[in-house]
Amino acid sequence: MTANCQLQMLIYLAALLLLVKPLGWYMARVFEGKPCGLDRALGPVERLLYRAGRINPATEMTWKRYALAVIFFSAVGLASLYALQRIQGWLPLNPAGLSAVPPDLAFNTAVSFVTNTNWQAYGGEATMSYLTQMAGLAVHNFLSAATGMAVLVALIRGFARHNSETIGNFWADLVRSTLYVLLPLALVLAVVLVSQGVIQNFDAYQKVSLVEPVKDANGKTVTEQVLPMGPAASQIAIKQLGTNGGGFFNANSAHPFENPTPLSNFLEVLSILIIPAALCYTFGKMVGDTRQGWAILAAMVVVFVVMLAACGYFEQQGTPMLAAAGADETPGVAQPGGNMEGKEVRFGVTGSALWATATTAASNGSVNAMHDSFTPLGGLVPMWLMQLGEVIFGGVGSGLYGMLVFALVGVFVAGLMVGRTPEYLGKKIESFEMKMAAVAILVPVFAVLVGTAVAVLVPSARACMANPGPHGFSEVLYAFSSTSNNNGSAFAGLNANTQFYNITTGLAMLAGRFLVKIPVLAIAGALARKKTIPAGGGTLRTHGPLFVAMLIAVVMVVGALSFIPALALGPIVEHLMMH
Amino acid sequence: MLRLLLQSLLCLAVLTILTGLVYPLVVAGVAEVAFPHQAHGSLITHDGRAVGSQLIGQAFSDPRYFWSRPSATTPVSYNAASSGGSNLGPTNPDLGKQVKERVAALRAADPGNTRPVPVDLVTASASGLDPDISPAAAEFQVPRVARARGLAESVVRDIVSAHTSPRFLGVLGEPRVSVLELNLALDERAR
Repeated sequence: MTANCQLQMLIYLAALLLLVKPLGWYMARVFEGKPCGLDRALGPVERLLYRAGRINPATEMTWKRYALAVIFFSAVGLASLYALQRIQGWLPLNPAGLSAVPPDLAFNTAVSFVTNTNWQAYGGEATMSYLTQMAGLAVHNFLSAATGMAVLVALIRGFARHNSETIGNFWADLVRSTLYVLLPLALVLAVVLVSQGVIQNFDAYQKVSLVEPVKDANGKTVTEQVLPMGPAASQIAIKQLGTNGGGFFNANSAHPFENPTPLSNFLEVLSILIIPAALCYTFGKMVGDTRQGWAILAAMVVVFVVMLAACGYFEQQGTPMLAAAGADETPGVAQPGGNMEGKEVRFGVTGSALWATATTAASNGSVNAMHDSFTPLGGLVPMWLMQLGEVIFGGVGSGLYGMLVFALVGVFVAGLMVGRTPEYLGKKIESFEMKMAAVAILVPVFAVLVGTAVAVLVPSARACMANPGPHGFSEVLYAFSSTSNNNGSAFAGLNANTQFYNITTGLAMLAGRFLVKIPVLAIAGALARKKTIPAGGGTLRTHGPLFVAMLIAVVMVVGALSFIPALALGPIVEHLMMH
Repeated sequence: MLRLLLQSLLCLAVLTILTGLVYPLVVAGVAEVAFPHQAHGSLITHDGRAVGSQLIGQAFSDPRYFWSRPSATTPVSYNAASSGGSNLGPTNPDLGKQVKERVAALRAADPGNTRPVPVDLVTASASGLDPDISPAAAEFQVPRVARARGLAESVVRDIVSAHTSPRFLGVLGEPRVSVLELNLALDERAR
């Protein structure tokens, strides 16, 4: 890697880590219902929302009631988002005259946004009206992220409370996450992005005359370029912050109207990880020992840095095919070099590798380069990060609750080694919690592997692969890794807008979201009911380097045992064939 | 149960108004006042008509113009209404074939040029709308453009420099040359 590449990565990490404590502290205030500053201005809005929603925020819920509220709210969101896409042709704010989205695609997209996945089987500028984007998709960018945070907060309360039947109020957690965390951050980011050139308007698509007319594929002369317009900045800000990832345009954050400059790129990629990283501090604060939060964050950062370095290295190496065709891949002061297929000049290899790693470490799934064209091992990095269960930072809320499930497994394994009852944060970890943890970890693994296996056996699904050989298999494996873990990025050559993929990936997204959330809430309920036991001489210290190493090992071992055979058939064999 | 359903519906409705209408309209309002040019697509107007956006590339094939990067959009390259990359994998033979043809076309347009061909000039971008090329890719084309326009290379090089942006704060992103603005400046000089 070049010196500049290393410097850019260092600046990124430094900026991220500097934001952890202030934002994490602020979010802890919000979730504990304490004054956070903004409540002075937004308090009336919060109370208005409760009144309109017939909610008493002080009503405590059992874990079952909490889970039911999550399910009802998501189901209502799913149904309304499906309906909105089906009737967009008759609704206003549709200057491009886009018609109803077909049923299977509308189902897939509704699931995708409600589960915080933002898998895009559609191209935004050619499919979705401004109204659908703004009052449908962008709304669920907020609400699915807020739901993730709510479930995390409920789990944290499970650790923090004792002898309690309840874990908080879902509606209050949902409203406070949206109003005090997501909305203010998104507002600031959106305005800064507009200053860089991200569009925000309600104009019709704009026609401009080309400087030099060109011939299209049929030999017809084209003299105009149609520039898509729309309220993009408001949606992009929240799709980055809420680890959603669904772009306003088909090319997502590679599109110059979504991500025009190196500064916009830096802010957007930083936004992917700030909330998931800061939530680690929030967690520590809320369980009364910030060292616990830092330990979890340390485990995430270590894995992230290794993956980032690998991705950057392999992309900068370039490919033998480009070299053989006569392209100069040497990096230098005047060119980025490396594997530039599917990458933008303003981001180069460094900005693209950084984004690919961050977007798949978190379950964001937005892209600023086409992962399908990455080198085999450069592309293995994002794929494996998703397969690890989206716990290296992970989704807003969902990443940390996933990682805490791994922490339970970690203390359990450690307990087995020394023959003691495992404890975490003063709670005995017993058979019910371990069963739920196993479900939460294994459901996405199962969905990835079974989904991929079915897809490669069905001839019509196989025909959707765009690239020959092991790379075609990688496309399918990536698709199910992404959807089952609610990431949303793609090896986009795969023609995923078919009935088969719309339905199967839709089911994978639902399983990966709700069959993880419900066991997590069950764990929260079980933990809240337990009494807190003081740490003894035999208690594993869960804030030291030993525990961090243990946690990393558990995540890696589960990820490696589950996926190395599949990875060997895709990216690894392609790498060997390439050299 | 019914109570949860009612709360879900009402909550979704009010939060949709807040995040789906109020929020984007506030952003649009602030953008309209503070950054109207950017909010509407950073359009470039020439003689009163819009000829493009500073942010969206266009295709060029005339030797008198600097050429943009290849674009994988269909049915025409740099189709801004349908953005996207080629998604060709690193071992796909089609990719090798395409890159070879692009190298050959660049060489044919400038037979005396023995410099190496920068990789970004012969690979398709992620969006298919990349407005930029690397400074190396611009330098590669300077002799051809200068000859086709009957200008001294140093004159062309000066115009290129004027349209080259450095890394942000010298660190972030990559240095780049805006092709459309560069070509418009060349045309402007010729008038």
